[in-house]
Amino acid sequence: MAAVTSVGEAPLAASARRPRGMQAGRRRRLNAFRYVVFTFFTLFFLLPLLAMLRFSFEGSSLGTWSASAWSEIVSYQGPPPLLSAVEISLELGVLTSVVTLALLVPTMIWIRLRVQWISRAFEFLCLLPLTIPAIVLVVGLAPVYNRIRHYELSALMLFWAYVILALPYAYRALAAGLNAIDVKTLSEAARSLGARWFTVIFRVIAPNMWQAILNALLLSAALALGEFTIAYTLLYNNLQVELYSIDRNTPNASVIFSTSLTALIFTFLLLLIISYAGRRRRRGMR
Amino acid sequence: MVAVTATTETGARPVRARRRLRLPAWFGTTPFLAYVAIFLLLPTGIVVVNAFRSPSGALNLSGLKAPFESPDRSLFTGSIQLCLISSVLGAVLGAILAYAIASGDPDGAVRRLYIAVSGVLAQFGGVTLAFAFVVLIGPVGLLMHASWFYTFPWGIAVIYTYFQVPLMVLVFLPAIDGLKVQWREASESMGASAWQYWRYVGGPLLAPAFLGAALLLFANALSAFATIVAWENQIAYIVPQQIYLAINSEVGLSNVNQADVLALGMIILVAIIMTGYALLQRRAARWLR
Amino acid sequence: MEGLSRRYGDVVALDGLDLTVQPGELVTLLGPSGCGKTTTLRLLAGLEDADGGQITVGGSDVTRLPASKRDMGMVFQAYSLFPHMTARQNVAFGLRLRRIGSAERDKKAVEMLELVGLAEQADRYPHQLSGGQQQRVALARALAIEPQVLLLDEPLSALDAKVRAQLRDQIRRIQLDVGITTLFVTHDQEEALAISDRVGVMQGGRIEQLAPPTEIYSRPATAFVAEFVGLTNRLAGTVSGSTVTVRGRDLPLVDISTPPGPAIALIRPEAVTLASDSSSESGPLTGTVIASTFLGATSRVTVDLGDTTIMAQLTTADAVALPAGSRVSLTIRPDPVLVSADAAPAAEAE
Repeated sequence: MAAVTSVGEAPLAASARRPRGMQAGRRRRLNAFRYVVFTFFTLFFLLPLLAMLRFSFEGSSLGTWSASAWSEIVSYQGPPPLLSAVEISLELGVLTSVVTLALLVPTMIWIRLRVQWISRAFEFLCLLPLTIPAIVLVVGLAPVYNRIRHYELSALMLFWAYVILALPYAYRALAAGLNAIDVKTLSEAARSLGARWFTVIFRVIAPNMWQAILNALLLSAALALGEFTIAYTLLYNNLQVELYSIDRNTPNASVIFSTSLTALIFTFLLLLIISYAGRRRRRGMR
Repeated sequence: MVAVTATTETGARPVRARRRLRLPAWFGTTPFLAYVAIFLLLPTGIVVVNAFRSPSGALNLSGLKAPFESPDRSLFTGSIQLCLISSVLGAVLGAILAYAIASGDPDGAVRRLYIAVSGVLAQFGGVTLAFAFVVLIGPVGLLMHASWFYTFPWGIAVIYTYFQVPLMVLVFLPAIDGLKVQWREASESMGASAWQYWRYVGGPLLAPAFLGAALLLFANALSAFATIVAWENQIAYIVPQQIYLAINSEVGLSNVNQADVLALGMIILVAIIMTGYALLQRRAARWLR
Repeated sequence: MEGLSRRYGDVVALDGLDLTVQPGELVTLLGPSGCGKTTTLRLLAGLEDADGGQITVGGSDVTRLPASKRDMGMVFQAYSLFPHMTARQNVAFGLRLRRIGSAERDKKAVEMLELVGLAEQADRYPHQLSGGQQQRVALARALAIEPQVLLLDEPLSALDAKVRAQLRDQIRRIQLDVGITTLFVTHDQEEALAISDRVGVMQGGRIEQLAPPTEIYSRPATAFVAEFVGLTNRLAGTVSGSTVTVRGRDLPLVDISTPPGPAIALIRPEAVTLASDSSSESGPLTGTVIASTFLGATSRVTVDLGDTTIMAQLTTADAVALPAGSRVSLTIRPDPVLVSADAAPAAEAE
């Protein structure tokens, strides 16, 4: 299926291009177009974010300013306390991304090396969660989770479902990474030097796709942090559900915005860093 | 050196002292298959099977009629309406933005920035976004109070478009990158103007990818739940909301069946869309790779 | 083209280039990568703007004209066929732009495809055609619009050796047939020498020599040309008067105004002949065969002269008679030679 642009990937032709000019008139028009488009979209994307920023500094009555929303992230009592929801979501983020990677990385490498005939079916399975909306998945998962509830396990059990949700994104990021390296040749070289399959996967191939792995990790974690549907429907409390219920109880409470902005900015910076880190490595390999 | 032995077809696991484990290679995928079977295929199967059952457990196909009769029917039309608007808007705007990004420096800061932004915004569409828009153009909006903000579908469509555009960028950008510069130059040297190039060459080449991406956006909007719940959850406008109510209301088992039927309806709808997407992608991939 | 210059930031791609192509002539621009040959072609096509200079086609100044308004046909190195159109549709594309009726378009397209020998593949898509066939369709497409000038940007570089040879002859045949003024760019000297009316050897944004192929080869104007085109032996010698003395032999100079003193003489392998030497004395022109490279009809024999090595080109039969280790004596044919002042060896083009 489609390649999706992942962070850090420049079109392959870029490195092979020598300086190639463009005709002046055309370049002028193109630059004007880009200028207009980027201005428009920067505003478009920025406005709600700026509104969130402004509101995160909102005091108890409209029009006042207060930084309390930011300190409240830690101190908001709830019930339940915001911090515990943050904690749970962070833990879910880590759990989801680790399990997703542990599941996908060895499997994908193995498939590419030894069981290529499965790759079509495998891709289909990985992309299936895109087709099955979370809300539908929840209908089928509800009985399973009802049984789990008997054992008083915490919301962390959500990760089982989150991994499934993360599959398409992680798959695409990892597939892009695998496509960029010559898996067959590397593994054959390693094997001819005496490496076992385990070594080939974990010490030869995986390190060469570290950027894709980081990408997949981040996307899975971001998914867990932003997930609402399944947690809400199954009556668990994660970050998004908590933010939602804060809003239900105290409309437009500014702590919602400070929390969300923190998550957003944090994720954005990480994605940007990965994007630049990849470039340096490519240059270094020349 | 050890005498050369031919490698066997089936993948051999590392040989241990005396026991030789000879498993077929595909066994390596077992952990994955097991996981997916339990947590994806099984729930889906449950949904599909239960949609055909009456509360007592017998086979009952009447549930299948429900989506075509009101009130469920208005839920489906509502869903489709909202999805159509947001995916058309998202596709067109996203395509324009993607072109602007693609026509710039492939290693440049602008491109990296916009891709990172798209990566984040495509994911965080849910609760956060709805609140942000409430704050921006809602009743006490900082920018303005858009009187149409709480109307369906246009109010919520604006919010949907906000996360559709980044998704479009992420999915459509590779296609634009795939347009070879030689095609533009060749058509120019044969006398084509910019408009002629897009009409005869660029447009037709991008069309499958564009449509495929638009379909993906449609499926994405169809599944969206969090955004609309955070926007307004008293009334169920779209199918996912009704599914939620059906599961979590106290009225009784019959509503769980409704959830299953609605879910089945969604599965079918999305399956059709994704098939279309896959077919279009194949065409696009052949030309633009 | 007069006084053309072009720079990309700090890099000067073209530095005051002058080139005139006669009607119906095929001129090839030959040189290593980065020498500016492709830039020249693209400036002529209008795909890029010159920073300085003027371009005239058929008497009219086209320097400021955009590519779509210049009457030129261009064949690119690769990938230029539109993948969503059949060969026929590709060839007819230019005609469609000029609003020519579909019946007439079709006729012309088939005519062009017949010219390149692909009439039967008219309804195939590019991905169903081989590399050589694709380039032939590209040629048909460029010629279909009956342009004033035909431009070819390394059209054969992406093809297999055998196809390359066949196709270049075919291109030349068609070019002569149609009689179209053509500018051809390549880094492959064999191609350049085989099909051109004149060859312009370029380096660093300037044309070093513009002359018919035979002259380029046997009377290179500069050391760069001598070393880029064909193989060259570099032997130390001394210049005095109108000859240079190399290892005891006097050879006439191409450029008699060369200042006297030590210099490096550039001698072609074909100018060197070998004979078996049974005497045990060693003179400046005796040596031992080190290796023989089999090239088909001829072979290149490398001889160790003690302080340096020299290459000779012999027929394979002669080369076989002188296996490695044989002692040989050399004769250098007294063709006029070029001398180079600098001692650093230039990159050899093969």
